[in-house]
Amino acid sequence: MNTNEPKIVAFCCHYCAFAAADLAGVLRLRYPPNVHIIRLPCTGKLDALYILKAFEAGADGVMVAGCLEGSCHFISGNLRAKKRVLAVKSLLPKLGIAPERLEFFNLSSAQGDRFAQIARELTERIKNLSPNPSPQEKGALEGGRR
Amino acid sequence: MIVADQKPIEEILQMLEPYKKVLFLGCQTCVAVCMAGGEKEVGLLAAAVRLARKQQGRPIEIIEGAVKRQCDDEFNEPWAKTIEQQEAVLSLACGVGVNKLSERFDVPILPALNTKFFGEVERQGVWAEVCAGCGNCILHLTGGICPIARCAKNLLNGPCGGVRADGTCEVAHNGPRPCAWVMIYERLGKLNQRQNIENIFAAKDWSSDRHGGPRKRVREDMLLET
Repeated sequence: MNTNEPKIVAFCCHYCAFAAADLAGVLRLRYPPNVHIIRLPCTGKLDALYILKAFEAGADGVMVAGCLEGSCHFISGNLRAKKRVLAVKSLLPKLGIAPERLEFFNLSSAQGDRFAQIARELTERIKNLSPNPSPQEKGALEGGRR
Repeated sequence: MIVADQKPIEEILQMLEPYKKVLFLGCQTCVAVCMAGGEKEVGLLAAAVRLARKQQGRPIEIIEGAVKRQCDDEFNEPWAKTIEQQEAVLSLACGVGVNKLSERFDVPILPALNTKFFGEVERQGVWAEVCAGCGNCILHLTGGICPIARCAKNLLNGPCGGVRADGTCEVAHNGPRPCAWVMIYERLGKLNQRQNIENIFAAKDWSSDRHGGPRKRVREDMLLET
């Protein structure tokens, strides 16, 4: 695997970040192809296990993107997801994984440009870290669906 | 229910240090309800340990499982073969489950949890100690609120001078807690039983508590031996 091309898994809320990614596409905005999007009905669906499993499957970075605070379609899903992400973020260094590999963002569905910017910035940040040294199952993230 | 807390991940990793093939066995009763050692926590902890060990370049093979009640041999028995094939078992049950597995199997059984107390669910994510299992219940006299468990000094004739003006206890290492005896006073008022508070409890006989050594309960009529 080319170590310069990190794999980033993005857990995106259907109502905002996923739509923002879609908008980025419609607007023909360029962002790195490193970001692999997984759509969630709401980031409130996010489980700490999803994040750990992504790292186990060889992801070099994980981003979670939910609605702007106060705009969650399910009232508080994004706030709960943020707490879960922070909990995993504090666990990661104890496992030997840099916490910078995981980030939570708030987006609206109109922010296609912001999505592209986040994708660029996160890819750049993770490129500057060494690859996730648990590559045994890297194949799990190769070639899209298993 | 029995309330437990997961040990710090550093301590768990240290315990697992010598082993490469381990069963993570949760318990689906109390510790599942208090979100410490159920099937879900087994999955999370196993993923975390696998990740950590991969980073160290010393991968570990983990089998994940959970039994209905680890404190009962018959629920553990279906796992017997698997357990015997492991270098060690990390039990996510309370201390009772760890003891039970250790009595039955000649494999190191490691505790993933710190077992803490008998508690109630205060709200999601918060559990509070309300029973001390002292073996001599007086709840009928105290409006259903236990001074042994809920008073920091286990006072039978409270409140003491440590109660604050707002009715909280001066002992507040886990955040402010109401004084058990203020709660009892108010509860007895609602039940029209305030005269109960005038009764002076005699010194408690603690022999039914752990002060009498490890306890055992036997129901002769339920024994299978004739």
